[in-house]
Amino acid sequence: MLPLQLESLSFSAGDTAIIRGISARIEAGPRTIVLGANGAGKSVLMRLCHGLLRPTGGTVRWQGSGCQAMVFQRPVMLRRSALENVVYGLRLAGKSRREALLRAGDVLEAVELSHRTHSPARVLSGGEQQRLALARAWALGPDVLFLDEPTASLDPAATQDIERLIAAIHASGTKIIMTTHNLGQARRLGDEVLFLNKGRLIEHTPIDRFFSHPASSEAATFLKGELP
Amino acid sequence: MTDLSEAFAAAWTLIAGFDAELARVVGLSLRVSLSAVAIATLIGLPLGALLAVGRFRGRQPLIVLLNAMMGLPPVVIGLVVYLLLSRAGPLGAFGLLFTPSAMVIAQTILIVPIIAALSRQSIDDAWREYEEQLRSLGAGPVSAAMTLVWDTRFSLLTIILAGFGRAAAEVGAVMIVGGNIDGVTRVMTTTIALETSKGDLPLALGLGIILILLIIFLNALAAVTRGFAQRRYG
Repeated sequence: MLPLQLESLSFSAGDTAIIRGISARIEAGPRTIVLGANGAGKSVLMRLCHGLLRPTGGTVRWQGSGCQAMVFQRPVMLRRSALENVVYGLRLAGKSRREALLRAGDVLEAVELSHRTHSPARVLSGGEQQRLALARAWALGPDVLFLDEPTASLDPAATQDIERLIAAIHASGTKIIMTTHNLGQARRLGDEVLFLNKGRLIEHTPIDRFFSHPASSEAATFLKGELP
Repeated sequence: MTDLSEAFAAAWTLIAGFDAELARVVGLSLRVSLSAVAIATLIGLPLGALLAVGRFRGRQPLIVLLNAMMGLPPVVIGLVVYLLLSRAGPLGAFGLLFTPSAMVIAQTILIVPIIAALSRQSIDDAWREYEEQLRSLGAGPVSAAMTLVWDTRFSLLTIILAGFGRAAAEVGAVMIVGGNIDGVTRVMTTTIALETSKGDLPLALGLGIILILLIIFLNALAAVTRGFAQRRYG
């Protein structure tokens, strides 16, 4: 379903412009990291791409159809077992219950939650819940996976688990588009950067070049402020 | 004081001895109010879910109206149902006035707004939390609503119990549409009202005690269920 083509994409809530005329072409393959300060519009951009928000201007165009999934900063777990949370997504995607159960079991094993299969999802730890959220998304075999600061509320160990899984999901052929505040994580996981400032797309460059030679003064300031 | 303690003693004798009249009155009360709560749940829950998840014109006024209707005085509902069911009324042909069915209808009308309005609130709160995730997974309004009802099932159970409590405890509506006919439409609350005015305190007190115990039992049940759900499902 890629490339994803954004054309003069805009979004405003009331009188406040949040995304201001972003045009970009996002190709299959490289892991795309969306960077920017708080309020730059990263989350809104992801939601526009994923279809959770409707643009107030411009277009989001996918090439053909396919499956996309999203993992949020705070995972939303249904009041049922870990297994049933994964099955739920698969059933909505039209899989038979048999098929869904098999697939869900496999994915839970892949995210190392087999021992929690029948635990109520809401009593899992934060890290386990986020792994379960990844499993729920991964089970769908998405062409594109959006991740909105997936490790923002996790400790370092849980963060490492999530990063490893994101790499594995990418290796299985899924395009990764994620936001993060953690620049180390951006470097570890990213191939290219979309840098936003105040709702505008300032840079769209390979990750190495972004960190070594930011082309814009905004990016330079951002890196100086955010880097330790 | 002796009158009161004598009345209490007599009331206990009636309860402990499973007095036939007492049992019949309690039985009819439960039958009427349980039927009403069952029907009201079938109407109120889907209505609450629809109002929580649906986005349509007139939704907000409808929610306000529903919330306001939670406070409807039972006597007024009784009066309206009376007018509808009375001989000359539009539904008079069914001959339902002064039957338990009429009482079920009145109590259903009384508690539909309670169940609908409170479940709307519960499901709406859950929807705020779940909306993005469910839409991301591709849930349409109907499957989202069903998911939310299932996920809020313990709060909804509490709401249904509250509805039952309200139905079992009201006097005005059943008095008017039931007519408080001995052996036919006499329930706990109407009997208490009648026996008190007649001066037969033991029966009134006995029924009062049972009614209060029933309400306490229901609330305890609700609290236990919630606590269990909280621990089990988070």
